[in-house]
Amino acid sequence: MLKYIIPLLLFIILAVFLGLGLNLKPNDIPSPFINKPAPHFSAPKLNAPDEQLTPADLKGQVWLFNVWASWCVSCRAEHPILNQFAKQYAVVIIGLNYKDEPEDAKTWLKTLGNPYYVSIMDQDGRIGIDYGVYGVPETFVIDKKGLIRYKHTGPVSVDDVQNIFLPLIAKLEAEY
Amino acid sequence: MKPLLLLFLLMISISSHAVDSRQLSDPKQQESYETLTKELRCLVCQNQTIADSNAELAGDLRRQVYEMLQQGKSEQEIIRFMTDRYGDFVLYKPPFEGKTSLLWIAPVVFLFMGLMMVFFVIRRKRATAQVQVDVLEIKSEKQKKVRSLLEQGDLS
Repeated sequence: MLKYIIPLLLFIILAVFLGLGLNLKPNDIPSPFINKPAPHFSAPKLNAPDEQLTPADLKGQVWLFNVWASWCVSCRAEHPILNQFAKQYAVVIIGLNYKDEPEDAKTWLKTLGNPYYVSIMDQDGRIGIDYGVYGVPETFVIDKKGLIRYKHTGPVSVDDVQNIFLPLIAKLEAEY
Repeated sequence: MKPLLLLFLLMISISSHAVDSRQLSDPKQQESYETLTKELRCLVCQNQTIADSNAELAGDLRRQVYEMLQQGKSEQEIIRFMTDRYGDFVLYKPPFEGKTSLLWIAPVVFLFMGLMMVFFVIRRKRATAQVQVDVLEIKSEKQKKVRSLLEQGDLS
């Protein structure tokens, strides 16, 4: 009897682990930034390169920090959702135009619409490194005190907006 | 012989190839640059180090390491800089702590389990082999008896 039970048990254990493995997302690397202050930057605005934006300018409001680029294919999929999101719910989305050509970026916004309150330029990717960016698009949610509360890797979907972003923003808006 | 030699030469050419070659004036810093870029993981192509990878991000991270070394930062400071931003995942060698203890201990446990299994299997095999030898001996004894009986029959 034992002769059959042991292999069966081993098989079940293996199956459970493989099953868990199927549901893992190796591309979702936990961000060490959760509940830490948004790293400082001072970067030129895409549409007004003489003006700089820093996270301190946005203190006191909840904002999203969305990393995008005109060369990024998934950003194109995400873009209409961000447009809708910004228009319908009046959220402040700051764009980090990551390793992009300013002219390409401007054309992209003109043709596809501009969901961003402001976009800033990070042509050599240094701000990206400071935010631990490894796959574009990425979206951070930053609270009124300037702490990063959530990081989303990959394109934001309609479901993500409804189930993750809206409840979280409502919660953070209620905080002082 | 010739194909083998060619294969060998090919292997050398692969292992000595680096994606870029930045040179630091201080040989000690150069050594740090080489060890660090081999210890840091490229986050886009997760099974390559930033020394091996051609990805843009790997290039940016190499530049970052290079610049920090030029500024006289220590290896620890650079590793700290990377883990602050990308988490322990950026390290090929994760630190030993509570949540990674399983990662470090599991191989030893599995090795031990394997050795135990080998031990038990061998012991059991030996026991059955002994039984078989016993059986054979009994058989041959019987055969002897049969033969001698037959021989006796022939005589009579």
